[in-house]
Amino acid sequence: MIEGILIGIKTALSFQNLLMVMIGCFAGTIIGMLPGLGPMTAIALMIPITYGFDPATGLILMAGVYYGAVFGGSTSSILINAPGVPGTVATSFDGYPMAQQGKAGKALAIAAYSSFAGGTIAAIFLLIAAPSLSKVSLSFRSPDYFGLMILGLTAVAAFSSKGNFLKAMMMCVFGLMLASVGQDTLSDIPRFTFNTMNLSDGISFVLVVMATFAMSEALTIILKGNDPTKAAKQISLTELGSIKLNTDETKKMAKTIPRSSILGFIVGVLPGAGATIASFLAYGMERNFVDEEEKEKFGKGSVQGLSAPETANNAACSGAFVPLLTLGIPGSGTTAVMLGALLGFGIQPGPRLYETNPEIFWSVIMSMYIGMVVLLILNLPLIPYIARILAVPRTFLIPMILFFSVTGIYLMSFNNFDIFLMIGIAVVATILRLYDFPMPPLILAFVLGGLMEENLRRSLLISDGSWAFLWNRPLTLCIMIAILTIVGWQIYNSFFKKRL
Amino acid sequence: MKINSVKIISLLFFFLSAFYLYTAHQIQVFSFDENAPFNAKTFPIYLGYAGMFFSALKLVLPDQKSVEVDAKYLEFKKTILLVLAVIFYGFTILKVGFFLSTSLFLVFSYYVLGERRWKLILIFSFPFVAIFMYLLHGVLQVYLRDPLLKYIGIIG
Repeated sequence: MIEGILIGIKTALSFQNLLMVMIGCFAGTIIGMLPGLGPMTAIALMIPITYGFDPATGLILMAGVYYGAVFGGSTSSILINAPGVPGTVATSFDGYPMAQQGKAGKALAIAAYSSFAGGTIAAIFLLIAAPSLSKVSLSFRSPDYFGLMILGLTAVAAFSSKGNFLKAMMMCVFGLMLASVGQDTLSDIPRFTFNTMNLSDGISFVLVVMATFAMSEALTIILKGNDPTKAAKQISLTELGSIKLNTDETKKMAKTIPRSSILGFIVGVLPGAGATIASFLAYGMERNFVDEEEKEKFGKGSVQGLSAPETANNAACSGAFVPLLTLGIPGSGTTAVMLGALLGFGIQPGPRLYETNPEIFWSVIMSMYIGMVVLLILNLPLIPYIARILAVPRTFLIPMILFFSVTGIYLMSFNNFDIFLMIGIAVVATILRLYDFPMPPLILAFVLGGLMEENLRRSLLISDGSWAFLWNRPLTLCIMIAILTIVGWQIYNSFFKKRL
Repeated sequence: MKINSVKIISLLFFFLSAFYLYTAHQIQVFSFDENAPFNAKTFPIYLGYAGMFFSALKLVLPDQKSVEVDAKYLEFKKTILLVLAVIFYGFTILKVGFFLSTSLFLVFSYYVLGERRWKLILIFSFPFVAIFMYLLHGVLQVYLRDPLLKYIGIIG
């Protein structure tokens, strides 16, 4: 393990990779700061560029973008009460009131230090947990993987769809349908290609991500007539106040950070839960831990109320990498995008990644940590300048997003068909978004589609067509029970609590 | 059962799943694979049924969390114009070349969205695209197809 860590440090600290982390953090902060554009959009826009680098460098760039976008989301939550990503909604509960009291600089500093500490603690957990879990997951068989993938999809649909379980499940199926287009991997038989050569290789992952996130987000903003930068015009983005914290504030944070980190990491590891749930849970937990006097301050600018969700959401971001790196199964939309990018590099994440590509495995983990240091050292002092991006009018912002989306696909295929297909999917996604059909389950399903079919194929062939493989092994049985519990709970809600 | 847009989308998804299922059954598999426990159409067939199942549930179950979208407040004109601009951009990017088509797309999009500061429009179109092209083509060595600039002799 020590050798692996040293390989990771060496790779992550090379000049090129260090530069990529910095660029990634910077670009991620800018994109994540813009309300409505989250880490998935940020990473999606970066994917075509990363394909120009070797896998480790490309992944390091994306990890930087991921953390930068999460940090950027916190900034817009605090400054203009417009969370860039759902994971930073809880940040605005106390961050925005602090900004209104003229303590925006302090709020940003608390957010930055908490993110750094939460991310650091979680990175240590990841360092310990990932190799051990990799070894355990070597004993997993195809039926277990198939079950885990269904569990991942069901959990994402259940936890991240805000009560729209059936809509999310429809999106999962839609994603799997899109993934099935093209030649069958084993027999090369064309499926759903409608005699078009352009579809014989299937639909590109980047195309689907660009269409369902970057492009459809831009179109949704226009269609709804939203101006994400409107709130920024009403405040001063240059006079944010001091970023120094006093002893009392530091002491309060020192109590909050460890417990929120542990909670955030555990929630992050669970499929589907992610940063949003982690931040809300941490906020709620912290409110129960503090004394009555501090409890009164929650929602009005409490240091602990701001520190807890910020710590937890960053810890959850690191936690989300555990299933991705050890099992090859992403637990969230963002890690699904990362998995898609990895597959694009020809790398199959999973238990063997730790042995076959240790430099990638470890350098990603190390670069996460370096990314957090970069965010703390570079972004915090530069926030008054970076925050000006919030004032960029949508008249320039939207065309730029559309331009980057089209260019990304153009650079990858030099094919008009792909551009038109992207526009078609983006228009459908925009309509679906309008009626609250969630997109992350679609992406997760699209990425997992091929792997799911492959594992189902193996399982059915081994069991000679019998579905008994779903309960023959204790591990598969446990996974199936978990799936049935989630589905049962959702159906119970639909009939008795009427939340579907 | 109240008919709303979500129900209509669910109905459309039901039909899409039915069509997908029909097409899945039409997939030609090798004769020796026809009765195998798993072949090229097995997974798509299950997907078709799953899509029909979930969309049917959504159609039948009451929609407690209704989504109200008032068409009055939606900016269809701008959105459609932008989509058409992207389609036109898609048509021209390979034929005319990256530089001209991108610059014109940006100018048109800025204008459609209400920007009237021509100085800024021009800065963030032609020079911006030129710098972007230089970074990609010149610095990162990413190939950019541009018949027009190639004809003029600016890029090789």
